[in-house]
Amino acid sequence: MSEKTTQYYVPEQSIWPIVGSIGLFVTAIGAANFVQQSTDFVASNEGSLGGLVLFAGVFILVVMMFGWFKDTIRESLAGMNSIQMDVSYRMGMLWFIFSEVMFFAAFFGAMFYARWFAVPWLGGAGAGEMTHEVLWPNFQAIWPLEITPDGRTLEAMGPWPLPLINTLLLVTSGIFLTIAHHALKENKREKVLINLAIAVCLGFIFLGVQVYEYYHAYHAMGLTLNAGIYGSTFFLLTGFHGLHVTIGAIMLLIMWLRIARGHFDSENNFAFEAAAWYWHFVDVVWIFLFFVVYWL
Amino acid sequence: MGDHHKPSGIKRWLLTTNHKDIGSMYLIFSLVMFLIGGVMALVIRAELMFPGLQLVDPNFFNQMTTVHGLVMVFGAVMPAFVGLANWLIPMMIGAPDMALPRMNNWSFWILPFAFTILISSVITSALGGPSAPNFGWTFYAPLSTTYGPASTDFFIFSVHLMGISSIMGAINVIVTIFNLRAPGMTLMKMPLFVWTWLITAYLLIAVMPVLAGAVTMMLTDRHFGTSFFDAAGGGDPVLFQHIFWFFGHPEVYIMILPSFGVVSSILPTFARKPLFGYSSMVYATASIAFLSFVVWAHHMFTVGMPLAGNLFFMYMTMLIAVPTGVKVFNWVATMWKGSMTFEVPMLFSLAFVILFTIGGLSGLMLAITPVDQQYHDTYFVVAHFHYVLVSGAIFGIIAGVYYWLPKWTGVMFNETLAKWHFWSSVITVNILFFPMHFVGLAGMPRRIPDYALQFADFNFLISLGGFGFGLSQLFLVAVVWQACFKRKGKAVTDQVWESAEGLEWTLPSPAPYHSFTTPPLVK
Ligand SMILES: [Cu+2]
Repeated sequence: MSEKTTQYYVPEQSIWPIVGSIGLFVTAIGAANFVQQSTDFVASNEGSLGGLVLFAGVFILVVMMFGWFKDTIRESLAGMNSIQMDVSYRMGMLWFIFSEVMFFAAFFGAMFYARWFAVPWLGGAGAGEMTHEVLWPNFQAIWPLEITPDGRTLEAMGPWPLPLINTLLLVTSGIFLTIAHHALKENKREKVLINLAIAVCLGFIFLGVQVYEYYHAYHAMGLTLNAGIYGSTFFLLTGFHGLHVTIGAIMLLIMWLRIARGHFDSENNFAFEAAAWYWHFVDVVWIFLFFVVYWL
Repeated sequence: MGDHHKPSGIKRWLLTTNHKDIGSMYLIFSLVMFLIGGVMALVIRAELMFPGLQLVDPNFFNQMTTVHGLVMVFGAVMPAFVGLANWLIPMMIGAPDMALPRMNNWSFWILPFAFTILISSVITSALGGPSAPNFGWTFYAPLSTTYGPASTDFFIFSVHLMGISSIMGAINVIVTIFNLRAPGMTLMKMPLFVWTWLITAYLLIAVMPVLAGAVTMMLTDRHFGTSFFDAAGGGDPVLFQHIFWFFGHPEVYIMILPSFGVVSSILPTFARKPLFGYSSMVYATASIAFLSFVVWAHHMFTVGMPLAGNLFFMYMTMLIAVPTGVKVFNWVATMWKGSMTFEVPMLFSLAFVILFTIGGLSGLMLAITPVDQQYHDTYFVVAHFHYVLVSGAIFGIIAGVYYWLPKWTGVMFNETLAKWHFWSSVITVNILFFPMHFVGLAGMPRRIPDYALQFADFNFLISLGGFGFGLSQLFLVAVVWQACFKRKGKAVTDQVWESAEGLEWTLPSPAPYHSFTTPPLVK
């Protein structure tokens, strides 16, 4: 109890948060300019430096994360973290993951709304009878929506073979990660490194398959961002998921490097566990995606 | 740790990890935003003072209503609450600081940058440049997608920044409350301000990401050809409203729950009685938060939802009156037969209880689907939400600032000026917002720069109230300036108010830079 309550380490001043704020500011300005420029939205923006500013912003953010984590890792290795701080970090990570769940919930919600309400109403269901008659009388409400009300056509992505392969890849990766996790608790470093390496590799293979799937969708199936609500929900859901897989895989890769350098032991392993939770979260989102986006 | 040096100069503020410094920055930022948003409101009221178009063109009027709302919601009310949370939660639960101090700094310093982006688009527009966001603070599609000006993209990313800031701030609050309470401070012994903030933080983490999702869909609809809000591709503009209000309704509780907590701290002090029904207050707050997730479409009764939807959202909304009624009852019961005195924090709290209740009752009227067909998008709605947000949320914040200011500065603020602030505010706020009920019921639509002649008298009166209320806030600025920057006033005791209770009053006044470095024991 005395360990828990006598001191809470309030860190010294740090340069990194303000660097992070500036990084976000530059990124936001660059990104807004960049989307306008790259999609010919505003003619007067031609020749402006949106892309460059965006790149600079992201660069500042990367430097910030590198510096911030370096400080944190140094403090952790110096044994400055009390058990109570460790708990704070863990709680913080869990609530962060909850916020991510809610971010995905917005896109899942959009998909279900389109599927259960918007598309059937456009097809004349319920009170949509007149809408249907007046706007697009030939439109048929069928999910997946392969012909949009204004007549764009596409081919929907079925669950076999690529998505199923991807499901197996991610689930297997999760299993190897769990083996690595248990090995870390038993302080078996070799075993951790091997299993973690396999988990990370499977993650990157997943991303490769995803890229191939996107390529195929764009070039052979007419399934693009432009292809109506099916394409919109498909790409935003799988795309944000893919982004999270990328982040998670990088996190795990860093954990591998840290373990190879002798960081962490059976007690002190918050960063590893946080990365693992994140990976399992990404895993669960995928399984949900696999059922509701690809299969059903 | 106690003699841990206190840095000075600009670096102290830029790099700080101290909850009191960060709390102060949040509060000052909020005051600045309150004044900027207030000036925009005055532009609106100046235009509406007389029928016809006088001052600004309609598009600029739309930009004013839009950015006034955004600045007040995300720049004034929310940061003020986070500022109060930063200052008070560690002192109330006996913690040395917030749980994640560096992230705390980051949460704050994102905000000035986010609002620089938003407000610079207004300044550009005022100087004759391209339009700032002009689609209302709710940024409904397709106004914000197909028809949104180029500045919409900058708006989208500034909302992302505000969201990141709020989520990190909320995570910090939750972790602090769950993990840093002093020994013996069980959950059901926490001051109500801490409880209400715990629940607010939960709401923030649950809905700010949904807002981020909404603006992301806007962005891809605008630039990457997606059809989320476009019926031609199978989407639906009404989908935007569903997503927005799934965020938006919990958001309005995010903007009121901490004020409930503030008032629940102040009333017992000046009624010299313990809070009536502490545990029912906790459960009522939790029920309000829970219900806030299933009422969102009461903002959409006129969009053509199926009957079952309209009925569901009507009944659920009316259900919220029950826990809210419990709260109002408890506040009144706390004062019942109390030995009341009327110091400034108490005056603002009393005004809060009465005026918030008026706003709550007009909310009940709006919840009734069939009559909402008449009220929807009229000044009645404007009256309703300004009663709960200005004389509710903001009066709560002001009450809290007056209540804890002596603890923060060590001096009693200028009570004469503060009383002037109270009386001028409470009179003008009613001249400003009460007649809006009448013009609204008579059919005056919101967000329109001109109106039928029959509304002229009331609008003149409303504008007078508006200018009066705006000027009254200069008293607040003067009081804060004297107390914080001049440290003018009588030194106060640790206790400050005769019967104030809670750990923060056991600390010296002004509260030392580092407090509770070893946790107190709570019996
Ligand atoms: Cu609502």
